[in-house]
Amino acid sequence: MGRTVVIDPVTRIEGHAKITLHLDDDGHLIDSRFHVVEYRGFESFCEGRPFTEMAGITARICGICPVSHLLAAAKTGDKLLAVQIPEAALKLRRLLNLAQITQSHALSFFHLSSPDFLLGWESDPARRNIFGLMAADPELARAGIRLRQFGQQIIELLGGRKIHAAWAVPGGVRSPMSEEARDWILARLPEAMVTIRLALDLHKRQLDGPLQQEQRLFGSFPSLFMGLVSPEGLWEHLDGQLRFCDSDGRIVADGLREDDYASFLGEAVEPWSYLKFPYYRPLGYPDGLYRVGPLARLNVCERIGTAWADRELQEFRQRSGRVAISSFAYHHARLVEIVACLEAMALLVEDPQLLGGRIRSRARLNRNEAVGVSEAPRGTLFHHYRVDDNGLLTRVNLIIATGQNNLAMNRTVHQIARAYIPDPLPAAVEIPEALLNRVEAGIRCFDPCLSCSTHAAGQMPLAISLVAADGRVLAERCRG
Amino acid sequence: MTSPPGSAQEQPRLRLATVWLAGCSGCHMSFLDLDEFLFELAEVVEIVYSPVASDTKIYPEQVDVCLVEGAVANVANLELALAVRARTALVIAFGDCAVTANVPGLRNLCTAAGRDSARTVLERGYLELADATGQLPHAPGIVPELLPKVLPLHEVIPVDLYLPGCPPSAERIRAAIAPLLVGEMPRMEGTSMLRFG
Repeated sequence: MGRTVVIDPVTRIEGHAKITLHLDDDGHLIDSRFHVVEYRGFESFCEGRPFTEMAGITARICGICPVSHLLAAAKTGDKLLAVQIPEAALKLRRLLNLAQITQSHALSFFHLSSPDFLLGWESDPARRNIFGLMAADPELARAGIRLRQFGQQIIELLGGRKIHAAWAVPGGVRSPMSEEARDWILARLPEAMVTIRLALDLHKRQLDGPLQQEQRLFGSFPSLFMGLVSPEGLWEHLDGQLRFCDSDGRIVADGLREDDYASFLGEAVEPWSYLKFPYYRPLGYPDGLYRVGPLARLNVCERIGTAWADRELQEFRQRSGRVAISSFAYHHARLVEIVACLEAMALLVEDPQLLGGRIRSRARLNRNEAVGVSEAPRGTLFHHYRVDDNGLLTRVNLIIATGQNNLAMNRTVHQIARAYIPDPLPAAVEIPEALLNRVEAGIRCFDPCLSCSTHAAGQMPLAISLVAADGRVLAERCRG
Repeated sequence: MTSPPGSAQEQPRLRLATVWLAGCSGCHMSFLDLDEFLFELAEVVEIVYSPVASDTKIYPEQVDVCLVEGAVANVANLELALAVRARTALVIAFGDCAVTANVPGLRNLCTAAGRDSARTVLERGYLELADATGQLPHAPGIVPELLPKVLPLHEVIPVDLYLPGCPPSAERIRAAIAPLLVGEMPRMEGTSMLRFG
């Protein structure tokens, strides 16, 4: 019968999850699973509501990245109205997303993950948290807390509140940035830059020192990576087109449009988790494993496009090769992305266009179906709505960043468990807490957002094309 | 300045817990938006259980105050809510989902053809809106079953204090817990303390 070791709940992540380690009669590890144990059924209860409500409702999918849903909902709304939004609104939305990526990455690094490497994997579980870090290194903890605050405060300055600000709307945004807001951002930017430099120096020292083993063993395997890139192939977080690359840096697919997502993404269901298993359709399930998020965005882009961030990216690639395949590198990638965000903000806030002028295009409903995309802190997010002629939703489909890392998270957990747990494990022996914490930390690399990923398990409209040998499409069938 | 023996320094700190049930974590994020006030808080409370700030896996005994975010949507939420009530002196319904079931409660509207809302949303999510695997998540003991209806916290346990908001702002959270730290109940009055949304 063997035995099953359960880690419940996985802590210092967002949402509800368990990990199970399955051992056979002789104590050999045969499988490890990451289970997501919550489901709210968003796509059902949004039906029948006006699409203009989606920004407010879908923001409530997640309290950490409400801005991602806000932006994806607004972008989908733009397409339903069939309007081009004003340039100022485009830039203001970008500023909002940069602020969110900054605060979310700061939360992941300082509040949730750094206690593992700064206080120690084996340290007292009662103290291995942000409060423990505040006691052990108050200066660093305060800097991290203020970096997250910086991002949150910008969101409040633009949208009126830190969490669930319904500010981006179909057609644009609701208000321009005030001069006071601009001045506040400019005044606080230097401190944020000092903090991220401190964190990068510290993390790189640890990567070269005590964290070398983790880089080898925490989810290090070849896979595909997906993310948005700009038309020039630069790092992108809101507009642009989708690109897949493989572990050798080869571009597998490029210039993909969000509208066609169902042609290249599929979703499988396993009975042991509420989180579905998206995969790259051309490779099938489960071979079509791909990763999204900070690591993927750095892997798919040619460069970032600002000076300091590009230097950091170069150094990142010197450590890992052109494509980083270790999931542990997500932490480093997050810090590099914060640099990219701060530099991009510094350029944006000086733009006088953000302080006034036209910020919203108005129109009636002009289309019945649209797909919007944004890069959430954790990866690519798709919203897909179908509406009737009154603008009431008839079908809602959301593909969430974290879900797309589900296959990779399971593989990471198994790799860590295999590396650290004695083989075979004698029946009478308990696995030490510190080892179980390392297994959990494999999940923390991905900074998963499980409220998001299951609340919005999406619909996969299925499209099948029958193509002749000469490339002619003989027949097409769509479901959904 | 040194403190005399038996002064505040040696008094046991307030044992504070936070839990999340069916919600979005936004209330917990708002708690973290206390920012540098967390340093002051750390001097007077001990965080004994929290998904964002503790690796303790089992809800401990003798908790003084617990902030409960989220509605009660599945059997695991229900079990945890009951454990919280049994082991906590003062339970706070933390945010609109705990107070009213809020957005997760919208699921209750999804009933069709005699099926409860759990069945309806599960079939939509995993049968109609996925690859044709034809299965629902089902793993007793691992994946908790959804309850037929999503409930606000007070429908499953007695609640001592209601702290509304979606989420309650950090200022409101601070105003609510500051009196508790000195053994007093907060005055939940006026729009600054009592507004939904």
